[in-house]
Amino acid sequence: MLVELGHFALVLAMMMCAAQACFGLAGPALGKPHWQSVTFSAVAGQLLFVGLAATALIHAFISNDFSVLYVASNSNSALPTFYRVAAFWGAHEGSLLLWICVLCLWTVAVALRAHRLPPAFASRVLGVMGLVSFGFMLFTLATSNPFQRLVPGALDGRDLNPLLQDFALAVHPPILYAGYVGFTVGFAFACATLIEGRRGQEWARWMRPWTILSWAFLSCGIALGSWWAYYELGWGGYWFWDAVENASFMPWLLATALIHSLAVTDKRGLFKSWTLLLAIGTFSLSLLGTFLVRSGVLVSVHSFAADPARGVFILAFLVIVIGGALTLFAWRAPKLVSNAGFALLSRESMLLFNNILLVVATAVVFGGTLAPLIAETLGLGTLSVGPPYFAPSFMIPVLPLLTLLGLGIHARWRRGGLLHARQSLLIAAGAALLLAAAIGMGAYSSRSVLAWVGASLGLWLILSSLIDPIDRLRRKLSLPAAIMGMSIAHIGLGVFVLGVTLVETTTVERDVALRAGQGAQLAGYTFTYQGGESIAGPNYTGFRGHVLVTRGSKTVARLTPEKRSYWATGSVMTEAGISAGWNRDLFAALGEDVGAGAWSLRLQYRPLIRFIWFGALIMAIGGITTLFDRRYAPAVAPTTDTGTDVAAQRATP
Amino acid sequence: MNRFLWPLVGFALLVIVLTVGLRRAPDKSIIASPLIGKVAPTFDAPDLIDGTRRVSGVALKGQWYLLNVWGTWCVGCRAEHAALLAIHDEGRVSIIGLNWKDDDLAAIAWLAQLGNPYAAIGADRDGRIAIDWGVYGAPESFLVNPEGVVVEKQTGVMTPEIWRARFLTHLDSAAKAAP
Repeated sequence: MLVELGHFALVLAMMMCAAQACFGLAGPALGKPHWQSVTFSAVAGQLLFVGLAATALIHAFISNDFSVLYVASNSNSALPTFYRVAAFWGAHEGSLLLWICVLCLWTVAVALRAHRLPPAFASRVLGVMGLVSFGFMLFTLATSNPFQRLVPGALDGRDLNPLLQDFALAVHPPILYAGYVGFTVGFAFACATLIEGRRGQEWARWMRPWTILSWAFLSCGIALGSWWAYYELGWGGYWFWDAVENASFMPWLLATALIHSLAVTDKRGLFKSWTLLLAIGTFSLSLLGTFLVRSGVLVSVHSFAADPARGVFILAFLVIVIGGALTLFAWRAPKLVSNAGFALLSRESMLLFNNILLVVATAVVFGGTLAPLIAETLGLGTLSVGPPYFAPSFMIPVLPLLTLLGLGIHARWRRGGLLHARQSLLIAAGAALLLAAAIGMGAYSSRSVLAWVGASLGLWLILSSLIDPIDRLRRKLSLPAAIMGMSIAHIGLGVFVLGVTLVETTTVERDVALRAGQGAQLAGYTFTYQGGESIAGPNYTGFRGHVLVTRGSKTVARLTPEKRSYWATGSVMTEAGISAGWNRDLFAALGEDVGAGAWSLRLQYRPLIRFIWFGALIMAIGGITTLFDRRYAPAVAPTTDTGTDVAAQRATP
Repeated sequence: MNRFLWPLVGFALLVIVLTVGLRRAPDKSIIASPLIGKVAPTFDAPDLIDGTRRVSGVALKGQWYLLNVWGTWCVGCRAEHAALLAIHDEGRVSIIGLNWKDDDLAAIAWLAQLGNPYAAIGADRDGRIAIDWGVYGAPESFLVNPEGVVVEKQTGVMTPEIWRARFLTHLDSAAKAAP
């Protein structure tokens, strides 16, 4: 009964979105302010009914209602309660409902802050968001209903995919979606700006915090996914350039460009149409990712169950939403001209390079991801693209990007020039090169040029980001949240670059077969297999091995890799034994029982791998820090910031 | 032309690509490989089970073989495994596995659990060999004749019906030609 109510609530929520879209867009267009106020009631209604629908599905999972097809396919009575809730988004239908929930929460957040915007503008923003929500709800109800009954009901469920029975992956979709879906807000702001043909630049300031917040969520989401892949897939890899991963990475890259372009538009009123195009593009890539992952046009290691009928629907939706927005852009953007100029070494041109390079990087990923499809369309046969393409091609735009970044953050607005920071920059560059050589050759005895270049760039980012905050502290100047956030985010990027570089160039790996008591050497450590025992979990049985890691006579770690067999699906999963340290991971995964009490084992030594996820987290923290800047506080009128004082000129990221 | 129209034009091209991709999505299995009738790409991969040996196309010259691209992460591969075992038992051709973008230990565990139809398995850990072969997605199977020419290909799950209708016929006619 509750399930049917949930289904009905979703239908009502869709009606609410239709009302929100109609009144939100038509009200300002027809000059009927009282229509606009209906929009807010519609948002409240949407929250109520989406909440009901989500509650109904969660209840079905918790109460083991296997007469619901989606529950029967993705849960099991032996599944722990926490994972029963997480099974909500364990497959296509529920993850769409999660998408709807997250979009609903973003809509509510925008509505709560709408009093800071001109009423007509706020109404249009909510109207566009209503349109997007409507599309997703229609999609869910028409092709992917999670409330579908199974008649007769199953006695027990098929169980959640064992790969997903893991904490990081259970919390990963909501965070990832918070980022993905959050770009809808920027998109709606861009559309509202184009509809109104606003000549000013104030919309850039309104849009900035929303974009940065979504970007921060997406950074965390991608990092969590990568962390999960590392310890759960048992391969020891953290990024595979897989179509699904790329689908989340492309919007991230473009959103990064958007954040920087928004800074220029907000500060100087330049790049207006370009910024709007980026906002539309970022959201479009989120939608495109959804299409690629769910329609079956691309084959991926971890794609959803593909269904071409869903593909047709999403494609139609893409055409309406993106095609509509780009038409609006072609029609309105020519009016958004700005005549201000800037010098070659100014902050503006540095951010322009940033944008060009980030767009090229996005294009590299985009091209590689879509190459199989394009080749097929042109009749060139089928092909597949993997890391051998992505890794080197991606470096082409990224290496100059990282080099220029250290300079760009010190360039001044308008007139430009780096003379004022010349000395500090030279010191930072010299220190980075020397330190990188010391780390690469000294600590890891690596002769790889790539390791040296990568480590230098990482250190260069960290050191040059520190120059400004240190300078301000020394001169007893205040440190605004915008500068602090910018420095933190760039330091995070430097940490990330260091991590990736050293993991890629100095990882050591060995596959060995060991009997109890036997040991193997790896990177100065001795891994001794000490036997193992059978284990039984709530919904699986398995084997746990014990591996003692020693260095010299000192015990460093005790690893307990596991091999689990899940009853309901019969699938076998590897749980790697990992000893995490700030500077290295020791990794052991169980392979096969090779007989006579011996097991095959994969052993790895990975330096600085934590830096990769830690760096992403620091970037997100940096982004969130900037949100506390005075400029977003309601009391500050947009006109006070004229950019005349030197401190403020260097302040804006 | 108005430069602000370019994004729309680019998007329209993308939609064409996606539409074509979508139209072909349900029948990926009938996409002909440009490799058919051509000499098979050379390959040389470490043996999955015995890392000291190698699996290469050169060593297979002079005999028929079926190259089967698979991975433990691929649902279709599990579905076709019984068919591969039957082909193995039939004994007409040896099956060479290409373990694509997979974890070696997981792959060995899979074979221990489901049985091993392969005469030898190359480990294509980074997917380079699959790129040469134009692999679109696992599973895929290529039938190669003694001259090293690809004569037939199946994109998607191999079934006994497809094997009899499209693959076995090549072996039969070859057997007739050279009694």
